[in-house]
Amino acid sequence: MNPGPLFASVFLATSVEAVEATTIVLAAGVARDWRSSLTGAAVAVVGLAATIAALGPAVTRIPLSGLRLFVGTALLLFGAQWLRKAILRAGGFKDLHDEAAIYQRELTAAADLPTTHRWGVSDWAAFTLSFKGVLLEGLEIVVIVLTFGANDHNTTLAGISAAAAVAVVAGAGAAVRGPLTRVPENTLKFIVGVMLCGFGIFWATEGAHGSWPGDDAALLVIIPAIAALSIAAVAILRSLPTTTAAVAAGATQ
Amino acid sequence: MSRIRTIAAGVLDFVAGDDRPLALGIVVTIAVAYLIGRSGTGAWWLPPIAVTALIGLSIWRAVRHKR
Repeated sequence: MNPGPLFASVFLATSVEAVEATTIVLAAGVARDWRSSLTGAAVAVVGLAATIAALGPAVTRIPLSGLRLFVGTALLLFGAQWLRKAILRAGGFKDLHDEAAIYQRELTAAADLPTTHRWGVSDWAAFTLSFKGVLLEGLEIVVIVLTFGANDHNTTLAGISAAAAVAVVAGAGAAVRGPLTRVPENTLKFIVGVMLCGFGIFWATEGAHGSWPGDDAALLVIIPAIAALSIAAVAILRSLPTTTAAVAAGATQ
Repeated sequence: MSRIRTIAAGVLDFVAGDDRPLALGIVVTIAVAYLIGRSGTGAWWLPPIAVTALIGLSIWRAVRHKR
């Protein structure tokens, strides 16, 4: 894969997860203590970056066919879940991911926690909320960086792309000081789901000794075909009677 | 022991998500494609068809459950 699609795929996928992590960090900062919340987030980011740095070189040593089989299957497992949820959301059969509502829920939950001082952190609850939020959302980023990067033998570029996405989203969060509700998160999840499924099918098949007609050019058919089928599935779901118009309308924002 | 079980459940949840039959179907599909591929017959057509059908089936199950 040339660097453009690798960078774009990792950047998009990371952005979606980073928006969710930023919401938790902001809620912990606003409701509790900024310094503790940001420390928790920073410790989690360092841990995730160390995981990528440690596993990246090891993963790239796996022989290419075995690597593609593993990487493709992993991406396909993630991508299929993302796409399934995105189609159900866009079709009105699952609540849209509402960052404002999640932010309010996190604020309320954070405000109720007792304040304790531990290991030099002035508010342990704010620290752990941010740490857990960033670590859990970040684990998927680690998998995506390692799988895309390892397949292309370029975990450095994949890591740079993820870091850039985190910087952009964190910068936007710092500027807004509130949930990033204007990020079209549901649409982004739909696009990322299509891309993960497309690359997953392509690499897993190659790893399973399948040879694509047209080699890499097959991706130019696979990804648009998955997108078209997914859009058709959304249209079918929206035509069903239980679809709520309000939910369906927001899905393409 | 319960901690190991909790960790194992967490890992399974992380990998398989909330639709385990879909995840299992994907793994079986790739395994079958691998076996066909090893026999020397190209199986590039299998994963796209099977994965599309599996996601479609998963959505159908979710919609039927909701209605």
